[in-house]
Amino acid sequence: MSDRMLEEPWTLSPSVALRPEPFGALAYHFGNRKLTFLKRPELVEVVRLLEHHPRLRNALDAAGIPPEQHDAYAAALRALAETDMIRPRHQEAA
Amino acid sequence: MTLAPERPTTPQGRPAGGSLVEQFEFGLDAPICLTWELTYACNLECAHCLSSSGRRDPRELSTEQCKAVIDELQRMQIFYVNIGGGEPTIRPDFWELVEYAVDHQVGVKFSTNGFRITPERAAFLASTDYVDVQISLDGATADVNDRVRGAGSYDTALKALANLRDAGFSDAKISVVCTRENIGQLDDFKAIADEYGATLRLTRLRPSGRGADVWDELHPLPEQQRELYDWLMAHGEDVLTGDSFFHLAAYGESLPGLNLCGAGRVVCLIDPIGDVYACPFAIHDQFLAGNLLGEGGFKEVWQSSPLFTELRSPQTGGACTKCQHFDACRGGCMAAKFFTGLPLDGPDPECVQGYGETALAGDRLVPQASKDHSRSQASRNAPVLLNLGATRRRPVSACNEDPLAGGDLS
Repeated sequence: MSDRMLEEPWTLSPSVALRPEPFGALAYHFGNRKLTFLKRPELVEVVRLLEHHPRLRNALDAAGIPPEQHDAYAAALRALAETDMIRPRHQEAA
Repeated sequence: MTLAPERPTTPQGRPAGGSLVEQFEFGLDAPICLTWELTYACNLECAHCLSSSGRRDPRELSTEQCKAVIDELQRMQIFYVNIGGGEPTIRPDFWELVEYAVDHQVGVKFSTNGFRITPERAAFLASTDYVDVQISLDGATADVNDRVRGAGSYDTALKALANLRDAGFSDAKISVVCTRENIGQLDDFKAIADEYGATLRLTRLRPSGRGADVWDELHPLPEQQRELYDWLMAHGEDVLTGDSFFHLAAYGESLPGLNLCGAGRVVCLIDPIGDVYACPFAIHDQFLAGNLLGEGGFKEVWQSSPLFTELRSPQTGGACTKCQHFDACRGGCMAAKFFTGLPLDGPDPECVQGYGETALAGDRLVPQASKDHSRSQASRNAPVLLNLGATRRRPVSACNEDPLAGGDLS
């Protein structure tokens, strides 16, 4: 079964800034001061696209990630969610 | 003469993918860990001061110049800086600069001996986000601390920690330079941190600055290095290290963090006059990349200086590359080798496989300090160790006209 996260709306956290780097990007969270490295340019693109798409799956499609890799990307994004680098979009109003 | 260890004659391309360590070896567009020493002035005169601080440099950057630097850090998306000195809070514009930085998306962690952390300042700090405070403490007891940092400095540090705690400032850092005299106190340091709601940060003693004078006496003994490693393995997640103990990775398992010399790759130092060095422990002409007051600013120095370009290629030669532990420790700390007069492509002086001791026993020429802002005379509260070191540190001046200068009549 594919990851439920793929069907949910997500967004980059408002406290996070992305800095482009040759290998991808560096993400910094001004609130919890966590620094995370996004080691693939494709992942950076996905993270940037999140807020513009109704579901994570659409953002992956828009970034050109083949469907067979969607679960792997969902796992990587779930790790980013653990430190609030990205968050479910319905929390925005909270 | 090339400075760095043997590297490929034609620059190798950056690998696509690969580990972060491999990526970091080729450098980043902007540093991750930037230290900015705001002043060489200090009320203390610690025996092991890595920047030989004491007196203010008259060329120190002005308030406006500092703000221009912060603007540039913001443009480069350098999200936080470690501010130090000297004692940075001595600058009359210190708090103004801290506020300016956090207002420009540059978070601040500053290191202090605590003497200006009054209850009022502690309340201000507790009210701000993005400011982190690090209090230096080099002994869990006054006798051990004050021997290195000077009389009264232990009480000053604990008073600052108490003021921060009482003001509701959470998670201050207690920064400890690990020495032969305090490694047996690691549990006591942890207890102090817990008592003040602080996080312990342990870093490595480098033979940099005045540290060169006391390193022989203070650097941990081999069995103490093992003790430290075991302690870090047991407490690694709760304790910060500035990733400074990667030379210990050759014991086996890597410690948490970046196990790589980041000098000029992901780390650098801006000194009080705007000089940019490869790392905070390398304040020496050999590691000076340029000055940010030049036309291209800090960005040009970081991205294009010949020194940093040279540091951003993987080491391919030297004794260490043939060692089975090279992938773990990457040859250790560049500054530790340089300031003990060891070749940069050879073992770290504290190599845990024992190659450092062999190297130290051989022929070597310890480089003279090229930057020194120490006070000309030690003060009344000066640490005991400073005075012991002072007898052998001052090189004979070429301008000394005394006919007996440097003469050894004993």
